[in-house]
Amino acid sequence: MSMQQPHPRNDIFDVAIIGAGVVGCAVARRFALAGAKVVLLEKGSDILSGASKANSAILHTGFDAPKGSLELALVQAGRREYLDIHAGMNLPLVETGALVCAWTQDEAARLEAIAEQGRENGVTSVRLVTPTEALSIEPGLSDGLVAALHVPDEHVIDPWSAPLGYVNQAIALGAVVLRQCEVRAGSFDGEWRLETSKGDLRTKFVINAAGLFGDYVDTRLGFEPEFQIKPRKGQFIVLDKAASRQLKTIILPVPNEITKGVVVCPTAFGNILVGPTAEEQDDRNRATVEHDTLEGLVAQGVKLVPGLAHIPVTAVYAGLRPASDKKEYRVIARPELNAITLGGIRSTGLSSALGLAQHALKLHGGSERGEFAPRAAPDVRMPNLAESRMRDWQAEGHGEIVCHCEMVTKREIEAALNSALPPGDFGGLRRRTRAGMGRCQGFYCNSRLAEMSSGCLANPLAIEQEGGK
Amino acid sequence: MTHSSSDVIIIGGGPSGVAAAIAMRKAGVGKITLLEREQHLGGATRHCSHSPFGMLEFGRVYIGSAYGKRLEMEAERYDIDVRYGHSVASLGEDGRLLVSSHTGLETLAAKRVLVTTGVRETTRAARMVTGDRPVGVVTTGSLQSYVAFHNLMPFRRPVIVGSELVTLSAIWTCLSHGARPVAVLEPGPHALVGAPLNWFPSMMGIPFHRNAEIIDILGAGRVESVKIKRGDVIETLECDGVLFSGQFTPEASLFQTSGLNVNWGSGGPAVDQDGRCENPIYFAAGNVLRAVETGGWAFREGRSVGMAIASDILGDVSGTAPVKVTYDQPIKLVVPNLIRSGTSLPGGLKDFQLRFARYAKGTLFLTVDGREVWQRRGTWHPEKRITVTRPDKTRSAENIHFGFRGEG
Repeated sequence: MSMQQPHPRNDIFDVAIIGAGVVGCAVARRFALAGAKVVLLEKGSDILSGASKANSAILHTGFDAPKGSLELALVQAGRREYLDIHAGMNLPLVETGALVCAWTQDEAARLEAIAEQGRENGVTSVRLVTPTEALSIEPGLSDGLVAALHVPDEHVIDPWSAPLGYVNQAIALGAVVLRQCEVRAGSFDGEWRLETSKGDLRTKFVINAAGLFGDYVDTRLGFEPEFQIKPRKGQFIVLDKAASRQLKTIILPVPNEITKGVVVCPTAFGNILVGPTAEEQDDRNRATVEHDTLEGLVAQGVKLVPGLAHIPVTAVYAGLRPASDKKEYRVIARPELNAITLGGIRSTGLSSALGLAQHALKLHGGSERGEFAPRAAPDVRMPNLAESRMRDWQAEGHGEIVCHCEMVTKREIEAALNSALPPGDFGGLRRRTRAGMGRCQGFYCNSRLAEMSSGCLANPLAIEQEGGK
Repeated sequence: MTHSSSDVIIIGGGPSGVAAAIAMRKAGVGKITLLEREQHLGGATRHCSHSPFGMLEFGRVYIGSAYGKRLEMEAERYDIDVRYGHSVASLGEDGRLLVSSHTGLETLAAKRVLVTTGVRETTRAARMVTGDRPVGVVTTGSLQSYVAFHNLMPFRRPVIVGSELVTLSAIWTCLSHGARPVAVLEPGPHALVGAPLNWFPSMMGIPFHRNAEIIDILGAGRVESVKIKRGDVIETLECDGVLFSGQFTPEASLFQTSGLNVNWGSGGPAVDQDGRCENPIYFAAGNVLRAVETGGWAFREGRSVGMAIASDILGDVSGTAPVKVTYDQPIKLVVPNLIRSGTSLPGGLKDFQLRFARYAKGTLFLTVDGREVWQRRGTWHPEKRITVTRPDKTRSAENIHFGFRGEG
């Protein structure tokens, strides 16, 4: 059964983390492992409901990150830790490699500098390749390639099971996760008192990992704002699993000043995704998909990988990245106020989250001061959703298959609904199980999921039980 | 992992699959295994809590759910080995199927495999409709399973998109379960099924707008409203759901994910005049060939392809290279889209079935080896079935082409 979380009114936490995106989840885990008493506060009805719900799921090497930057250091630290822990937590690693593709002489001319930057960033496996070599690495590519940079160590992971795994480890170590809990204000007098939509709580230390609302939260905590979030929308299309026969490698464009550009990328779930766009907007809540843009993404995917023509679009989505008024990460430590802000984590958060968590613990200093007694990592094994490894439908006793497109079993759905952190909304159920994520988008399973999840989700699928009959 | 083999495996227990099984049994085929991923037979008809089903095949009228029960009875009567809760994960080149059930994975093999996996409607995602992505956006099939299997409703005041037969079913399902559609929208200038949509919604007091489409869906958690464009006018309709009806597409993903050929016009597997695919172990029938016909049509097609398989199975796998049937714009699809020379099995797909992609006026004609052998002048509507008797000489032809001479 789902764990009843105690109302924390009378507890004093060592650390309150505001925002349960991938960064907040990783920070919660790191502090829980260090021995701190952790509370993770999320205003959405489930974790990962902001920027972290929509990304391209790449575990970056940092080959193109700014030289000497904090982002580079944290992406690489985060990546190293993921590589260390993923097997033990049953999290996938799809070793796709990436090709940065130059389609014009202009772009080709910039590749050498990118290769050089990669080597300086310690990614020694980067290599300039000819079009012929590129095609032997990735036969799905279209003609007309001028040159390419092969980055064999760029990989793909499951962007939702990973942070869910982090937070599950934190919970196993006693961390408290409060959802639909918005921080409204905070005051500090040697100890923090946070005013939230679920009542006041006390904590010794605050970490702001509020992503798209990072600057607002800083203001609410009474800090002089040091940055401003400039939401950048990214739209994606997801092509049917049939597409995975057409492409095995991440296809990256030669980046420009503003964005890493549109990626054509295999997912851990056996689809191909094309995106994201980079659209500045003021609205921090609405991330709409737009017909013409989506059609443009389809066309772009087909142009680079002709075999993708005619493959049905399975899903479309849009997310907001918490870019700020500067390109770099906005990590601000306020030791005199027992506070850290992890802001402006725009497009590499999935790769750097574990690194950011290590960094935050170091900035906190509690471990060095011996305030906490470190604890061994609890045994948390996530249900595997990646196609590259055995899934539940391949095993005995799964009950039945509820979602036929994504082959999600009744046992998997029940397990998610009864887990330590059950889904708070339909998106959360989809991210935990993939049910309804496939080509029919719930034609068959939607109603069944409505029944199975009845009473569990904010914005339930069915509006009300019909009387009679 | 276990292995077992049959003479024929049928994938999908809708009308065409069951009809094929019965036809094969009547023709003396020994071991027939029918794999159904759900716990009942009937396929899409199970979703339809309305009649009429079964008039031609069983001589009486059933509502959808009862029709499925009748199919189950028939399958039992003809001793078909129906395996419920069995999902096929992949189709092997050699006819071996990877199948998942509650007992885990198994490999099943057969001399011939018939794929009758039916259709699905085009989702909001595949239509790439602009807007938020709130809860409350469904297809007709999804709505029908809410009410038919779970006694639930996904909304009370939906906006409905489409004007096909299934749209009528959607409206009817709403009205009979306490939901009141706000409006029915058809992006084109005409309802795709003319008569009933021109009077039925308005008779029920529901506005039916032609040349109207959703340009934005709004709602943070659940659908709150849609913006629509009617001609040049943009207006906002308050609603709590959106129902996308129709635009059926063959459920041919098993072919695609297994690397077997799909015809991009029909969206289904390419088949010859016997219902046989390019890989001659595989056959297909029913709506997976081309969206979408009635349950009765699918039943008859299944029966006919079943007869062909029963005869084919007596010989070796005949793998002569097929001739592709070609066609001009604005023809959307031709089924069968392959012709194999030499074979003349009983049953199969007797006629060519064609659809137009858009409204067109002009002469449709068929040439065989460069010679025009058939023509018809007319006004052609999108998604309306056109049948053309297949001339015998197509079986020895090297070039089969449907052409179109437009007027104006």
